[in-house]
Amino acid sequence: MRIQEHPIIESYDKGKLVTFSLDGKELTGYEGESIAAALKAAGVMVHRYTAKQHKPRGIFCAIGRCTDCVMIVNGVPNVRTCITPLKEGMKIQTQYGVEPKKED
Amino acid sequence: MKRHELIVIGAGPAGLSATIEAKKNGMDVVVFDENAKPGGQLFKQIHKFFGSKEHHAKVRGFRIGQELLKEAEDLGVRVELDSTVMGIYENKEVTVKQNGEVHHYKGDYIIIATGAAENMISFKGWNIPGVIGAGAAQTMMNIQGVQPGSKILMVGSGNVGLVVSFQLMQAGCEVVAIIDAAPRVGGYGVHAAKVARTGVPFYLSHTVVEAKGTDHVTGAVIAEVDNHFQPIPGTEKELDVDTICIAVGLSPMSQLASNATCDMALIPQKGGNVALLSEYGETSVSGIYCAGDVAGIEEASSAMIQGRSVASHVCMKGGYLTDEAFAEKYQGFQDALGQLRQGMFAPQNKGRNDFTETDEGYPISKTLLAKGYMTEEELRDFPAASYKKDGVHPVLECTQNIPCNPCQDACNFGCIKVGENITRLPAVDEEKKCTGCGMCVASCSGQAIFLVDETYEDGFAVVTFPYEFLPMPSIGEKGTALDRQGKAVCEAEIIAVKKAPVMDKTAVVTMKVPLEYVNAARFYKPLV
Repeated sequence: MRIQEHPIIESYDKGKLVTFSLDGKELTGYEGESIAAALKAAGVMVHRYTAKQHKPRGIFCAIGRCTDCVMIVNGVPNVRTCITPLKEGMKIQTQYGVEPKKED
Repeated sequence: MKRHELIVIGAGPAGLSATIEAKKNGMDVVVFDENAKPGGQLFKQIHKFFGSKEHHAKVRGFRIGQELLKEAEDLGVRVELDSTVMGIYENKEVTVKQNGEVHHYKGDYIIIATGAAENMISFKGWNIPGVIGAGAAQTMMNIQGVQPGSKILMVGSGNVGLVVSFQLMQAGCEVVAIIDAAPRVGGYGVHAAKVARTGVPFYLSHTVVEAKGTDHVTGAVIAEVDNHFQPIPGTEKELDVDTICIAVGLSPMSQLASNATCDMALIPQKGGNVALLSEYGETSVSGIYCAGDVAGIEEASSAMIQGRSVASHVCMKGGYLTDEAFAEKYQGFQDALGQLRQGMFAPQNKGRNDFTETDEGYPISKTLLAKGYMTEEELRDFPAASYKKDGVHPVLECTQNIPCNPCQDACNFGCIKVGENITRLPAVDEEKKCTGCGMCVASCSGQAIFLVDETYEDGFAVVTFPYEFLPMPSIGEKGTALDRQGKAVCEAEIIAVKKAPVMDKTAVVTMKVPLEYVNAARFYKPLV
């Protein structure tokens, strides 16, 4: 959930409201915030599934160190969503191993 | 290949400070940072810092960050962002990844200020979504403005765990419990106390054994541990949480120093593998230095001083400072660092648990270490915490020797005294008059100062306390007074709410309570 009002922080440094997609579904977020933040605000927990055991992974360190939150962004896999700023029209896909989900 | 007199790696508190110092002295310096914004972790720190005036005490971390950035901008410092330093090679050649390309730089001197990374512990389900680092929680709530979860288990009771727990509540999250495998609270007692009085339970000698859930955390199982930190079967307890936050310490990110062939050593007091340093912060490779957490885990205030200190040595070697000018500067930095490195939480005392009394000879509260708050009985051992007098007067529930003294400067009437040594406990000067202005209440970074007036009205007393939550209580409002462990003690009526720019968002709230509860009531909860 987004923090609407905070006792200490007056405002968060964010751009305009933009639309992007996750696995084809349209979502909104703020330009310049991290992709991970926009997804978290939309209630998305799982960013990827591991290659061998297909275990879910999501945000863990949020500073670009652990690579748990990587996803496919505009076709490029392994993008660290916690440090990649959101842009209008970004096409985000849940990552399975290092690929998008295979069509059945 | 581009040459610079000084290359600084990392634009956090240590690196930025080093860069500013070098630039001020006329050196040609560039700082590289892999992030899109400078400042390192400072901008996530929304609490007031400790120390004294020269350490920016009682200033919130992000404001210190803003001041540093402004100083850097005014000086025209070159900060190269989105620039990941990949390696340090012979003759101080540095490779930097920028815009997907590798660029080569060469420095006459290099200062490594790469900071630290969070430690982790593993348990069943530790890697499912919803188990996060405490730093991740801070990034999400304080930078991105998104709650990391709604019901949180905090693992770790060091200062990071305690401070982040408080910040989680400020962000509107519920902290279900704070646990620690150690038998004692690791961080400052004042940080624990300000969390405990909101009602958060502390489970010491407990660890997390399982994160429940398949796609995300739906609960946590904690258990008591034995003397060898092993979970005791049968003591498991399931907590209803959606997020498990791990705050079990930091490790220096010293890979670049190691890569540069600096002599390294595993030093537990410094938090892990660090480069061996001279007294001026120079590694075994001449001209390569370390400053800040990468040199040994401390905190941002000392990192900033270290950065300046190390850079001044570089400036002296590079001919930008005379030996005398350096000696004078260096002494100043050492004095400032020395002040921060005193008391029971000093880096050299890391891991020690044999303190039984304060420097003043008062017994250290056992309840504070076990449960995060102090009993009224224990507080009676401390003169400033049990101070009584007719009319309004301060009560200072500051009972550990931590490096901090803003309360002394806050009082215009000299009512509070810490003295030269900033780790001494504050004392009340009984000769001086308290006007009840509340400046000391707002100035205390540990939120440990209260104003009490037992003679307010027949049968009623007033208690003034710091408040940093929303919704802000309003005058005339009635709610519940809570004690130091967050238990309801009586009805309270809000009679004053003071806010001022100088108090920087810490409201000073006064509640009226029946006289018999004056020593118990320390916090307030509005009626829902």
